[in-house]
Amino acid sequence: MTRRLLMNGNRLDITINRLCYQLLENHDGFLDAAIVGLQPRGVFVARRIHQRLCTILKRNDLLLGELDVTFYRDDFRRREMIAPSTTRMDFTVENRKVILVDDVLYTGRTIRAGMDALIDFGRPDCVELLTLVDRRYSRQLPIEPHYIGLSVDTITEEKVKVLWKETEGEDGIWLSAAESSTVQSS
Amino acid sequence: MSNLTTKHLLGIKDLQKEDIELIFRTADNFKEVINRPIKKVPSLRDVTIANLFFENSTRTRLSFELAERRLSADVINFAASSSSVSKGETLIDTVNNILAMKVDIIVMRHPNPGAAVFLAKHVDASIVNAGDGAHEHPTQALLDAYSIREKFGKVDGLKVAIVGDILHSRVALSNIFCLQKLGAEVMVCGPETLLPKHVASLGVKVEKDLRKALEWCDVANMLRIQLERQDIRYFPSIREYVMRYGLNKSLLDSLDKKITIMHPGPINRGVEITSDVADSDQAIILDQVENGVATRMAVLYLLAGRVE
Repeated sequence: MTRRLLMNGNRLDITINRLCYQLLENHDGFLDAAIVGLQPRGVFVARRIHQRLCTILKRNDLLLGELDVTFYRDDFRRREMIAPSTTRMDFTVENRKVILVDDVLYTGRTIRAGMDALIDFGRPDCVELLTLVDRRYSRQLPIEPHYIGLSVDTITEEKVKVLWKETEGEDGIWLSAAESSTVQSS
Repeated sequence: MSNLTTKHLLGIKDLQKEDIELIFRTADNFKEVINRPIKKVPSLRDVTIANLFFENSTRTRLSFELAERRLSADVINFAASSSSVSKGETLIDTVNNILAMKVDIIVMRHPNPGAAVFLAKHVDASIVNAGDGAHEHPTQALLDAYSIREKFGKVDGLKVAIVGDILHSRVALSNIFCLQKLGAEVMVCGPETLLPKHVASLGVKVEKDLRKALEWCDVANMLRIQLERQDIRYFPSIREYVMRYGLNKSLLDSLDKKITIMHPGPINRGVEITSDVADSDQAIILDQVENGVATRMAVLYLLAGRVE
């Protein structure tokens, strides 16, 4: 299996920084906004963004949620079951501007499930989508991100994996040729 | 592991420890779901579930129905008293008629032990046993063990006493299997006449003195005296049973540790436990009810999600 580094840890850090300032451009003071990371891998991006925004704004009251979409997926009973992760939403999204965060945007199906899951916590004022990696030309649903860390052109047989210090020991974005052409969950 | 090893939930005896742990992990997720503003997920929206109750039930039927609806399943209810069973139809005919309406899962309570196993052999649907005579009541055992796990953070190594009418209790048998598979020590306690003859062969301790049982255990599961199942008198009077096997506050307070009190409901207040015990902070009876919905959602979700 061949592997190619798309972004190293230093560049990833700069990209996170840039995404934070783009968010601040659109959400003045972050007063009525909330960041919601999608389980299992989007939460790592969301935590980094949240941490960085807290540092920039010198505040510690920014809302951060973690949302699992397993029970909202459209492939239940059609493929092997995926073990659900934990949902942590200590607030309702009623009238808030929600930034939905995932690591890799591919077919768009996870985001569709994520929006369904999100509105079970209230009616948000608006929902925006932030993705660290956008695999262009792969969408199966009409979903496009508002904030993009890195755009890549890939074929179905390839996989994009974002690694994190917390779980894999180092930060980085990798492209690899997958062993089979199964649709990945991102 | 994210799949059950079985197509049906007929009893705890046939379940693997890994199955039970998977059900518990999934129930953790559903417990969070049922505490949301909108307590419902769309997972089972293309699944139809029939609740067949050939025996009276209030809380188990309600709990199953709520679990099914919170998973967005379509639900049909069937009670023996209002059905063609009273006109002489056999169980298989009744069920096949229901299955012809494109039903995916059957939840069944039946007075005959083994009814769920029998049905599983003859019809093509997932069967969930909601109690078969004095045999098994697997979802009750799952929710009981789940409630213990929630309270103590584990089940392994705990001492659990099951007190009361062991002879007529499917809850007792399923609880014994479930707790032992998860590594707990189990004791049964009750009058000699209400203990099955060879119960010790299941690997449980047997105790006839309530105080000794309570001093031994971390958790006491107080079962109801099932007068409706008793064909003869097994003890002289309710009053005598209460004096020897009823748990009251002074007995509970006289122990040198704080034990946890459970009850599968419905409670006969003043018989197996007094009101002040049932309402005390040591009782987790209402937690059991809430956990019942979460564990049943987990069971139905996992059975429905199996890809054949």
